[in-house]
Amino acid sequence: MATDSRQKPDNRRGANRSRSLLSDQARSYLGHHRKVARDSIQRMWKTPVASAMTWTVMGVALALPVALLLLLTSLQGVSAGWESTARITAYLAMELPAEEARDMAADIESDGRVVSVQLVERDQALADFRASSGLDEALDFLEENPLPHTLLITPEDSARSAEGVQALVTFVENMNGIDQVQVDLGWLQRLNAMTDILARAVWALALLLGAAVILVIGNTVRLAIENRRDEILVAKLVGGTDAFVRRPFLYTGAWFGLGGGLVAWLLIQVSLWWLSGPIERLAGLYRSEFTLQGPGFDGALALIIVAMLLGWLGAWVAVRRHLDDIEPGDIAGG
Amino acid sequence: MIEFRQVTKRYDSDHTALRAVNFHLDRGELAFLTGHSGAGKSTLLKLIMVMERPTAGEVIVGGQKLNSLPRRQIPYIRRHIGVVFQNHQLLFDRTVFDNVAMPLEVMGASPEDTGRRVRAALDKVGLLKKEKMNPMQLSGGEQQRVGIARAVVNKPPVLLADEPTGNLDPELSADIMRLFTQFSQVGVTVLVATHDIALINEMNRRTLTLNQGQLVAGGGVSGH
Repeated sequence: MATDSRQKPDNRRGANRSRSLLSDQARSYLGHHRKVARDSIQRMWKTPVASAMTWTVMGVALALPVALLLLLTSLQGVSAGWESTARITAYLAMELPAEEARDMAADIESDGRVVSVQLVERDQALADFRASSGLDEALDFLEENPLPHTLLITPEDSARSAEGVQALVTFVENMNGIDQVQVDLGWLQRLNAMTDILARAVWALALLLGAAVILVIGNTVRLAIENRRDEILVAKLVGGTDAFVRRPFLYTGAWFGLGGGLVAWLLIQVSLWWLSGPIERLAGLYRSEFTLQGPGFDGALALIIVAMLLGWLGAWVAVRRHLDDIEPGDIAGG
Repeated sequence: MIEFRQVTKRYDSDHTALRAVNFHLDRGELAFLTGHSGAGKSTLLKLIMVMERPTAGEVIVGGQKLNSLPRRQIPYIRRHIGVVFQNHQLLFDRTVFDNVAMPLEVMGASPEDTGRRVRAALDKVGLLKKEKMNPMQLSGGEQQRVGIARAVVNKPPVLLADEPTGNLDPELSADIMRLFTQFSQVGVTVLVATHDIALINEMNRRTLTLNQGQLVAGGGVSGH
């Protein structure tokens, strides 16, 4: 138990020796990380019920915002899909005769930006309306047809951007005999506005639930710190650095995050499977391509990494808050 | 190796634990620290381990002034100081081996190195055969020796002991004092806090006596 070895100066051993010492140190540092990581998993397995409950709480808290985000992405996909089938509806002036309307239709169709123009004449429009609305008798009271001739203009693919459509609308509006031009994007804009609101709400919810996850893990780790108080005291007494003392708890937090992320992924997959039938039916009724997109491999990986980071962060908060309180000052009596 | 220069420790305005304490312990010296309960023994030990900082004066261990030591350097100082407690401070959730290995673990020693040094320390205190047992299965004297093995496993130049024989019968106490003497013979500075007067008289070593925070005997030049 002598101090001899300590007092032998290391620099006498030469550069090679010190380099191998350095790599030894790196190896034992990594070895220690491995050991701590393994130990903290084993500790978790020793209390399976408590650990499973923490995972589930985390899983639910993470699954909710992620599911809403997936819904949001799917909705945005819908609006993007329908933007490309936008049609321009031009209502002609009431007094315009049918021949002029046909000429105008031909004029517009000759424009390079237009694929096709369909003319709905006012008599036909009234007949259609009569047939579809069921207001047959009510319409009989009208003295004259209230509907104008209508042109349904389908733009070329290249003109389907927001500016392209707008340019086409201006062009049509400036023609003689046009009463009103409508781009049937109103409902789409409303959907977009709603998804924008939903997006913010989802992010707010995600932030709140993320904070909840951090607090849950923080509390769990705080209990773990209390349970291992003696060990922490001894480690500090024999010269364990703060990093050394923190490490097992940070790993514990990350493992809780991993478990929580996996539970969240499982919950999302099960919900998707559960909802996929009814959603397909509903989308079929609307003749929509709408499908609820799963998180995929990248999404699942991101989810688990974020969950682990949150777990780590929660543990870090607890460790910051409680480890410094445990100082070996009271250990020696009298 | 351990030097106190005019060290005063005041906890609050009306409680002064140490008053202007001066002493110097050489390398390889074994000394006792004695005094009534509350005389300041624990405070003095805590100042050496940097669990407390002095209100005034300087504490120097191994040439390092502890007053100005930044907080994050404290662990590295403690690695040079082995400590033995009256209540052992052993961990009952792991084996004797793992208890003794803790100081090496915090230093990041390799597994081979750890195994070798832990067995050497356990051999020294005569517990080599019990390395796989839980400390709970050992007697009080054996537990104390595990504590000593842990304190010396990384060969610290300073060994502090706080009432190491408090719960032991005289024969076991003598065993433990023999160990401390051996450590001091190979150059370790050993400071034993105790109020076991019989033991102190028997050993006939330098004795630092504290009375109400003042060093009343043993503060002068080393007895050797």
